[in-house]
Amino acid sequence: MKADLILRIGTKLLLPFILLFALYVQFHGDYGAGGGFQAGVISAGMVILIGITFGLETAQRVAPKTLVEFMVPLGVLIYAGTGIAGMLAGKNFLDYSVFSSFAPKGRERGILFVELGVLVTVSSTMIALFYAFVERGRPQ
Amino acid sequence: MILLTLMAIVVIAIVTQRSLFGVVILSGAYSFLMASVLIVYDAVDVAMTEASVGAGVSTVVLLGTLALVKTREARADARQPLALFVALVVGAALVWGTLQLPSFGTADAVIHRHVAPYYLQNVVPQTNVPNVVTAVLADYRGYDTLGETTVIFTAGIGVMLLLRGAWRRAQRNRKDA
Repeated sequence: MKADLILRIGTKLLLPFILLFALYVQFHGDYGAGGGFQAGVISAGMVILIGITFGLETAQRVAPKTLVEFMVPLGVLIYAGTGIAGMLAGKNFLDYSVFSSFAPKGRERGILFVELGVLVTVSSTMIALFYAFVERGRPQ
Repeated sequence: MILLTLMAIVVIAIVTQRSLFGVVILSGAYSFLMASVLIVYDAVDVAMTEASVGAGVSTVVLLGTLALVKTREARADARQPLALFVALVVGAALVWGTLQLPSFGTADAVIHRHVAPYYLQNVVPQTNVPNVVTAVLADYRGYDTLGETTVIFTAGIGVMLLLRGAWRRAQRNRKDA
């Protein structure tokens, strides 16, 4: 199935900006609106847009299924691992002040780490949901 | 007010609509209106989530579901007095609940006197992060956010298992037959 020319070109034009916006939301989350969850959904939306316009195979070349399914638990592990790192350093679970000798700096870093974990899990879960629904609809 | 009126129109359209495809598209429109309302309330984070999840991803997932099931709503029995009664009572209770809320933007409302002043005063010196929402979510309430991430993880795994498992069973049955 080939999508309309305008759709294909329009999607191609939009894709880099969507990804850039997702990264902006992710790494600017300390200063502006947004964070890991929003960035995760926006970047997943980019892959889903590729899937809708160019077909499932193209989307799975961009975000391979094994990678996506690996990322679903990886994000939770990053988050929980950040918490356990605090415990190993002798503080409480999820106490980020251990990441730097200056406590506020450490907490700023810890927030970056856990936001990364949220991004990884949210984006991969959304993509995996999309793949699961589309593959289910395929006549085999 | 205009946005809320538009939302009410969309809801009525959804209720009267029989084609499920139309319902999915209209609920996407509803989500965009909701996101606009949230922007009016200066809740940009929530608006972003509503626009991307409510209007974006869930519309696509619902369309994917429609590809698997029938796209016409089954005609339900319209005369169900008990359902009407329950809907009216719950609706009235919700409206009654809003009557006691402080009006929007009141500075001395309870919500602004509890922990909010502490966060506003201490977030930047304690965490070096100017965005209070991010700091509260990821640091002060980090445990809750870990729980939320786990919920998303669990939900994703559950859907994947359900859809794939059923598909594999169908494959096996076809081979046996």
